[in-house]
Amino acid sequence: MKKIYITLLVAFICTNLHAAGDATKPLKVDWSFNGFFGTFDRAQLQRGFQVYKEVCASCHSMKHLSYRNLGEKGGPEFSDAEVKAIAAGYQVKDGPNEDGEMFDRSGLPKDKFKSPYPNEKAARAVNGGAYPPDMSVLVKARAGGPDYIYSILMGYDESPPADLKIEEGVYYNKFMAGKKIRMPKPLNDGSVEYSDGTKATVSQMSQDVTAFMTWAAEPHLEKRKRIGFKTILYLLIFSILVFFSMKKIWSRVESKV
Amino acid sequence: MSDEINNKKDQPTRREFIHIATTAVGAVGAGCVALPLVTQMNPDASVKALAKVEVDISKIEKGSQVTAMWRGKPIFIRRRTDEEVQKARKVKLDELKDPQKDEDRVKKGKDEWLVMLGVCTHLGCVPLNQQGEYGGWFCPCHGSHYDISGRIRKGPAPKNMEIPNYEFVSDTKLIIG
Amino acid sequence: MSDTNYKPTSALGKWFDERLPLLTLFNGHLMQYPTPKNLNYWWTFGGILTFCLVTQIITGIVLAMHYTAHADLAFSSVEHIMRDVNYGWLIRYIHANGASMFFLAVYIHIFRALFYGSYKSPREVIWILGIFIYILMMAAAFMGYVLPWGQMSFWGATVITNLFSAIPLIGESVTQWLWGGYSVDNPTLNRFFSLHYLIPFLILGLVILHIWALHVPGNNNPVGIDLKKDGSDTVPFHPYIVIKDLFALVIFMIVFAGFVFYAPNVLGHSDNYIPANPLVTPSHIVPEWYLLPFYAILRSVPDKLGGVVLMFGAILILAALPWLDTSKVRSAIFRPIYKQFFWLLVIDVLVLGYMGAMPAEGTYLLISRIATVYYFAHFIIIMPILGFMEKTKPVPLSIADPIISGSGNFAAAKKDKI
Repeated sequence: MKKIYITLLVAFICTNLHAAGDATKPLKVDWSFNGFFGTFDRAQLQRGFQVYKEVCASCHSMKHLSYRNLGEKGGPEFSDAEVKAIAAGYQVKDGPNEDGEMFDRSGLPKDKFKSPYPNEKAARAVNGGAYPPDMSVLVKARAGGPDYIYSILMGYDESPPADLKIEEGVYYNKFMAGKKIRMPKPLNDGSVEYSDGTKATVSQMSQDVTAFMTWAAEPHLEKRKRIGFKTILYLLIFSILVFFSMKKIWSRVESKV
Repeated sequence: MSDEINNKKDQPTRREFIHIATTAVGAVGAGCVALPLVTQMNPDASVKALAKVEVDISKIEKGSQVTAMWRGKPIFIRRRTDEEVQKARKVKLDELKDPQKDEDRVKKGKDEWLVMLGVCTHLGCVPLNQQGEYGGWFCPCHGSHYDISGRIRKGPAPKNMEIPNYEFVSDTKLIIG
Repeated sequence: MSDTNYKPTSALGKWFDERLPLLTLFNGHLMQYPTPKNLNYWWTFGGILTFCLVTQIITGIVLAMHYTAHADLAFSSVEHIMRDVNYGWLIRYIHANGASMFFLAVYIHIFRALFYGSYKSPREVIWILGIFIYILMMAAAFMGYVLPWGQMSFWGATVITNLFSAIPLIGESVTQWLWGGYSVDNPTLNRFFSLHYLIPFLILGLVILHIWALHVPGNNNPVGIDLKKDGSDTVPFHPYIVIKDLFALVIFMIVFAGFVFYAPNVLGHSDNYIPANPLVTPSHIVPEWYLLPFYAILRSVPDKLGGVVLMFGAILILAALPWLDTSKVRSAIFRPIYKQFFWLLVIDVLVLGYMGAMPAEGTYLLISRIATVYYFAHFIIIMPILGFMEKTKPVPLSIADPIISGSGNFAAAKKDKI
């Protein structure tokens, strides 16, 4: 009985180890990558990249990713030609050349994603003192993960309660801690025109870009879950074998009692 | 300890199948654990991505050389004059320690362009350009002489300077690797 | 406990063993070593802990091949490991979750000792060595958490190193000496990396002493009584205990794998995926879960120095336990009142842990304070008194006694086993 009580207490503790704060709980989405056998939807990741590229990348860097990641297994899996073309669409700094000067050249797959600003101070200067966070691991950097990111993107349409003062340059979003966010509403219906013909509603784009950001934060997610399944299956089988070995060995002792 | 447990008569005289199975399955598991611990030292994705280097050769004059970096090593890109190419092709193969035709060391139609790893095949020093007795390179470390095709002619080096994978994407651009 | 009759089987073995008796040592301490035959699964955690230490050392050394200990590059180098290094993500997640598993195992191991009286004479030195191992584990874990240079890394380091400024007279100088500067910065990170690499090997040395000290009197057992001298109460460590430890280890690894592969970040804090920013303090600075009870004790005291003293005191009081606990009976199976207090202590520590994660204000602070007082009361007041006052159950004469069927003790003993 005591054991059950302790176990429940421990479980209760573990699930509540973060002070709640005043933000509304995030909306729940049934992501394709959830669960023990979750995988990414390639088409969704490609659409999500398009949203990132056309909307978010003007303010948010993703500096830990390289263009070649877009073609690697487990992600959007763009073709080699597509990856080359995406990279070549950006001008990146290189050098010094033989004259000792830095120069611009077309992007290559090995280059890291180009950042909109050269450094954090420049980003703050242009955005009224606020820093649009780098998105490489943003999904892991927020409690609630993908659900939270999706909720923020969807959370702009409610009007603030009468007693809450919203200053200039700040917007009401109930999913944000403190209910205020410095980013203006980034997505509207039709902000992006999807090449695969999918209807670009705010909800669709929010889901797609969140899925893309989740892949960006966890590019090996599919492999991790696959290997995890094999590992735990192996350990279960091995535990049964060890159990019977153990019983066999200990039978020599128990028979003496 | 109890004599009864150590008594040979009570001990299994044949290897129990269950113990063999457990050990075998355990060994497989141990191997699977060892794999990532070993492969993590292999070149990682970012290092492999840097494996290709683009070089602009438009400014190289006939008779001169440019040195590029590839995988941490120097690449000699030498634009030979016509006389130098002919001289390289006149050499008899049985005179060479590492017999190789000059034609086999360059791309068809681009005979003036010699692209090779500027690393002495003896112990890895970088040979000096336009030095030595064979009109090519001389390695100061232990005195290896290379000709205008980068082939070893005299000295302790065993092989000709290595030709990497490369291709001309245009008349003015090379991609190495 | 070495069997002086052991002779290596091969000629090479004989030659080597005559010059350095490693084979005899191995045989004596890991194969022939007589172990009580009534040990239950709570005794498997020593072996599990050894596995955890080896895992952390191996994965740690591998990570160190790819990590850069510089404030400007640390966070990126960890991302490089997660993204580009072959199986880097796996090795990193094993190391990070391995630390949590290490502490889970050590807490079970410690509470086993508390329940069965394993800290009592003649095993006091084993217990004290264990406390030093535990302190080094906390130091290693604390410094390891700083290395990714996330927000929690930086601010956790700032809060804890600032505690040293509470020392009268020299506090400020000591803190700057620890920092290598005027705040947590690159010099701090570099030295933490060096020490983080060192400490596990210190732990390894202490573990060897810990096992050596254990092998002098031999293991305690669930009934807590001394064993018969004729060896009829023991089995050789190999294969009996080896196989049982292996079984427990495999089950432990299933739990470990569950975290690594399916919830690799649930035991961590999302703020540590934000690069360290000395200008922005996170809304709630929290250490990793295994340090939370001490964090709660630290914050319950309004005085800075008092909090530090009490926090360290909470660990050091454990060292005095063999002398604070005056009971002549070892195992809680035969100490019905002590058993209740044992579980109250477990609950108290869990409550302290929960409070450590909450803001230190209002009702949370009040509960923290009560739980802190209770914690010390358990050791300083309850243990000594209980030893004198408790009416213990009759202890069996031998370990075989409780399991002779037909005996009234059998049913009673079985029911008593938690």
